[in-house]
Amino acid sequence: MANLKTVSKKSKAQSMGMHTEVLTGRTQQKFFNPDEAENFYYFGTYDVDFNKRTELDVKDMTAPEANKEIDNLMSQGYGTIVIKNPQGKHSLGVGILNKLNLIFEGSLGYFGMGSCDGPIVRINGRVGWSCAENLMAGKVVIEKNAGSCFGAAIRGGDLICKGSVGARTGIDMKGGTIIIGGDAGAFTGFMMQRGRIIILGDVGINLGDSMYDGTIFVGGEIGSYGSDAVDSELTPSDQDWLKRKLKVAEIGENFDVSKMKKIVAGKKLWNYDNLEPTEKKGAI
Amino acid sequence: MCGIAGLIHRGKSSNVGSELQGMLQALKHRGEDSTGYALYGDTDGKNFIMRFKVGENVGEGSSSVMEDVSVYDERKKIVDETLAEMGAKIVKEERTLPYSLRYEIDYDTKDLLDFSQRIESIPGVEILSMGKSLEVIKDLGNAKMVCDRYSLDKVVGTHAIGHARMATESGVDIKSAHPFWGYPFSDVSVVHNGQLTNYWNNRRVLENKGMRFMSECDSELIAVYIAEKMRHGATLEEGMKESLTGLDGVFTYFVATKDSLGMAKDTMAAKPLVLYESDDLVAMGSEEIAIRSVLPQEIDTYDPFDGEVKVWQI
Repeated sequence: MANLKTVSKKSKAQSMGMHTEVLTGRTQQKFFNPDEAENFYYFGTYDVDFNKRTELDVKDMTAPEANKEIDNLMSQGYGTIVIKNPQGKHSLGVGILNKLNLIFEGSLGYFGMGSCDGPIVRINGRVGWSCAENLMAGKVVIEKNAGSCFGAAIRGGDLICKGSVGARTGIDMKGGTIIIGGDAGAFTGFMMQRGRIIILGDVGINLGDSMYDGTIFVGGEIGSYGSDAVDSELTPSDQDWLKRKLKVAEIGENFDVSKMKKIVAGKKLWNYDNLEPTEKKGAI
Repeated sequence: MCGIAGLIHRGKSSNVGSELQGMLQALKHRGEDSTGYALYGDTDGKNFIMRFKVGENVGEGSSSVMEDVSVYDERKKIVDETLAEMGAKIVKEERTLPYSLRYEIDYDTKDLLDFSQRIESIPGVEILSMGKSLEVIKDLGNAKMVCDRYSLDKVVGTHAIGHARMATESGVDIKSAHPFWGYPFSDVSVVHNGQLTNYWNNRRVLENKGMRFMSECDSELIAVYIAEKMRHGATLEEGMKESLTGLDGVFTYFVATKDSLGMAKDTMAAKPLVLYESDDLVAMGSEEIAIRSVLPQEIDTYDPFDGEVKVWQI
């Protein structure tokens, strides 16, 4: 190899073989053609009939067995599935990528309904840590309390907990809406990037810590603000949206939204001048 | 990642040995290097129960050095002689395993510091617990293995705490296993899930105050820290509240005394805890499935918030 200290910038790269390397074979790049039917196929999804209903008792099943059976029922076209005796099992209902009415008669453990895209879920119990993590679309309603990291990194959909939730709710969320009927723990909205969180009760310390963007609405007391989280004006359109959202969520219908606090990112932590033009547009 | 579980029956006794075994076994995926039980049994309260070890379990992935069983006998003999010198009468003696013993002792004292120091000055001997209802049983393996080995499923009592350990900060051995006795306090035990980052700073300060550490496990600091606070007149709850600022790191821990059970969660709420509370029973664990092993029916549970301390009486 040439002496890299003495060669010019152009020949330095050439000396390292960056311009002479011969690439063989094809990349995995795929080209989208709207005329081809397979482009509209979403792997692992089923066309289901909401009127086709069944029950599944998972008391004596492991989580993988239960999830496999849910998948099997969806493949048979069942669009409404009632899960009996979940008994706090972890990772139930994960990876459902189509429309489905799913009802849990009991509580879930960790990572319940994780990585889903589309189902409408009602959980008549409590959920453990990281419920509905990475939710893309759909609606998950929890009748009781939820653990920490509720709605971590969700991209879309509505996540509703009628009770209280633990710490780091909505951590790293990139879209969607999280609605909490009770209180929320510390670091709510930690590093959130987009989306909205509504908390009707009190919230713990470090609210919205290091948030990039997004909005948090709080009805009760705030333990403390996190780094770069600041108050913003609650506009009439915010209030209209809150009323509509709470009504649809069947939670706090008579709540006085005009007294809610609105928290947004101060945007002092990040250098927004360096954004690409398209990102700038999104941020605005 | 470790798992902790605890329960307290209020106003009645129950088969806490079996119940805690079910809870800890449900958490075995959080670690099964060792499992420990702190059981508060129904006793007449006359004699001290001393659980101690004269050696380590050298099987089952242990990091301990193999010793000849005759060494255990020799250490036991010295313990017996030391007890006799102090005027402590052995009422009942059980040797469950070659290295693990249980003595019922007729001994009249309120300060166990001198007693403990003399027993533990014997090389290789460690008191696992000392109390009138507390018994700490810990060994390598998962909850069922330890329960079967020590026949714990028939223990009846009011409350219990336990720990399923994945060894991260220190070795796979009994001395690093939880629960830790709140030396030198009678009937105080601690289990912990998390990491303490100011362990050495606190340890140096506490050792200078005359407190003892038997392992290099950071969790032992909690037991010693609270014991030191109580030694200077603090209540259990006051000691636990002080620990939220005195201890640095992420933690959820339980402390039990002869008539109470407490929990504390750090200010970042980084470690999990699920809690069920009713008039006659409080059950808590790192995961809901632990509680479900004793309460399979649908119940209301919740996660305590950051910086929360709670104490329940029997």
